[in-house]
Amino acid sequence: MRRIIVCLKQAVDVSQLKADPATRQLLIAGAPRKMSDFDKNALEEAIRIKDKLGDAEVFTLTVTAEDAKAILREALAIGADKAYAVNDPSFKNVDTFGVAHILSEAIKKIGDFSLILCGEASLDDSSGLVGSRLGELLGLPQISSVRKLTVEGNSVAAERALEDAVETVKANMPALIMVTSEINQPRIPSLMMIMKASKKEIITWTAADLGIQKEKLDAKIEVIEVLAPKTERKKIRITGENAQEIAEKLAKALIQEGVVGRR
Amino acid sequence: MSESKGVWVFSEEPDLALELLGKGREIVDKLQTELAAVLFGFNVQARADELIKYGADKVYTVDNKALERFQTDAYLGVLHELAINYKPEIVLIGSTRNGRPFAARLATQLGAGCVPDCSGLSVDEKRGLVCERMTYGGNAVAKVAFKTKPQIVTVPARTFEKLEPKDRSGQVIKLDIKVEEPKTAVIDVKPLETSNVRIEDANVIVSGGRGLEKKEDTALLSDLASVLGGVVGNSRPLAEDRKWFMEWVGLSGHKVKPKLYIACGISGVIQHVAGIREAKIIVAINKDEQAPIFEVADYGVVGNLYEILPALKEAIKKQLQ
Repeated sequence: MRRIIVCLKQAVDVSQLKADPATRQLLIAGAPRKMSDFDKNALEEAIRIKDKLGDAEVFTLTVTAEDAKAILREALAIGADKAYAVNDPSFKNVDTFGVAHILSEAIKKIGDFSLILCGEASLDDSSGLVGSRLGELLGLPQISSVRKLTVEGNSVAAERALEDAVETVKANMPALIMVTSEINQPRIPSLMMIMKASKKEIITWTAADLGIQKEKLDAKIEVIEVLAPKTERKKIRITGENAQEIAEKLAKALIQEGVVGRR
Repeated sequence: MSESKGVWVFSEEPDLALELLGKGREIVDKLQTELAAVLFGFNVQARADELIKYGADKVYTVDNKALERFQTDAYLGVLHELAINYKPEIVLIGSTRNGRPFAARLATQLGAGCVPDCSGLSVDEKRGLVCERMTYGGNAVAKVAFKTKPQIVTVPARTFEKLEPKDRSGQVIKLDIKVEEPKTAVIDVKPLETSNVRIEDANVIVSGGRGLEKKEDTALLSDLASVLGGVVGNSRPLAEDRKWFMEWVGLSGHKVKPKLYIACGISGVIQHVAGIREAKIIVAINKDEQAPIFEVADYGVVGNLYEILPALKEAIKKQLQ
C-alpha cells in the first residue's frame, strides 16, 4: 500500500488579523487559527491520488506549540486516514530550521512513504522554506510550485509554473512535492464525513517522544519586530452632484499631483 | 577554521543578479568586506566580465556543459561545495520560483538561517544584516536578523537598483567542481506568453475587481488606461474565480509601484493592498462606502464605476488639452 504524508500547518487566519492602531502591534494571540490554505490544496491532492490509486492511505502531520485538534479533525473529515501531531510548548520559538527537523524526525518514526505533499508556503509566515528544508533533510527528490501532479508507476510527473515558462519535471518516488493553489479546488467536508472522522485516530507526540535534541530547536534567525505597515495616505473623498463633476475634480487633483500629464 | 567573510550574489536570472550586486556593493562597503558573484554555466567568460562591471570584486565561475541550464540539484551541489571552501558571510539569492527553494535547501545543507523575499536590507552595528519582509498576508512588516552565519537571504526582482556599469578591476576565479547527477529531470518546457509591458514597470495602472459585471466591461479600464498611458491590472478574484485574466496584482501576484494606481470596484482586502503599497497615489472607486480600499487610498470616490470611469476619461482628455 502506498502512503502519502501531508504536512499541515495551523496558521493564523490573516484575513481576521487586526493590529493595535496605537502601537501597530499585531493582535496575534486573539486571532483565529485555520488550516493553511495551500496545505489544504496539498491534502486535497493527496486524497485525489489515493482515490485514483485505490490501494493507498493518507496521513497528515502537524508540528505545533498550541492545540491544533480542530484542524486535525478537519483533515480527517476531508478524507485523511490518520492525523499525527507533534505538539510541544518548547516549539514556541522554533524557526523553519527547527520545524523541518521536527517534521523529518516524525516522518522517520511514521516509517515508509511514497510521497510527501506540502503547501508552497504558509498562510501566515509565507516563507515557503519548510517544504524545501524537509526534502533536503530527508534527501528526497523535491519539486516545488506544482500546479498539476500525476503518479505513474513508481514515479511522479509534475507541472511547475515558473515566471516565464511551464516546466514538467519527473522524479522517482519517494519524493516531496510542494503545491500551489492552482492544483485543485479543495472539497468542503459533508456532515457525514465529519461524523465518520470522529472515529479516526489522532496520534500526538511530544519532542521527547521523537528524541529531538534541544539544540535543533535553536532558532537561526531573530525576529526583531513585526509591525503593521504605516499607511500614510491622504484619504480625500471626492464628491459631487454627478459623475461629470466628480470626474472633473478627480482629474484636476491627479494633474496637480503630477501623476497625470501629457505624454 | 577560518572565519566567514564576504557577500555573495547568485541568481539564475541575469538582471536580478545585477540588482543584487547593486545592493551587495552597499552592504560590503559598510561591512568592509568583498563582494563576489557566483556564476555557473557554459562559456561564461563574457558574463563574468559583466558582473565585475556591475560591482563584483570577484567572480567564482564553474564552467561546465552540465550547468548550461539552471537545475536546482546540480547548481546546489556546486554552490554548497563552494560555500564550504570559501565560507561567505552573507549570500544574496534572487527570489524566483527556482531561487526560493534553492536558497532554502542551501541553508539546510549549511545548517544556516534563511530569510526569504526581503524588501529591504540594512546593516546594523549591533546586529549585522537586518532584513525586512512582508508577512502575515501583508498585515505586517517583519524585521529579522540572524543568529548564525552564513546568512542567506532571497530578494525578489526589481527590489534594488543596478549600479551604472563601469570599467573596474576584478578577479575571476575559475573552479572545477564535480557536478552531481540531479534527482529530478525536466522533461518538457513551454515558454509562457507574456505581454510586452511588464505591469511592474508601468507608471499608471487602472485595475478592476469584482465590481465589474462582465469581462467586456474591462474595456472601461483599458479606455482610461490608454488616455493615461498606463496598463490594465486586476484583483485576484477576476483571475482565480472568473478566469478573465491569468495573473493579478497583490501579495501573491504582482507587486507594483506605479505613480498612479486606480482601483475600480476592488474591495481592498489586505492581500491586494500589500501589492500596491508602494504606489505613489492610489485612487479608489467603489460603490460601497465601507470598502476597506478607501482606508488606503489618497482619493476616494463612492460611486458607480460604470459612470465614473467614462467621465474620468473625458475629464482627463479635456483638462490635458
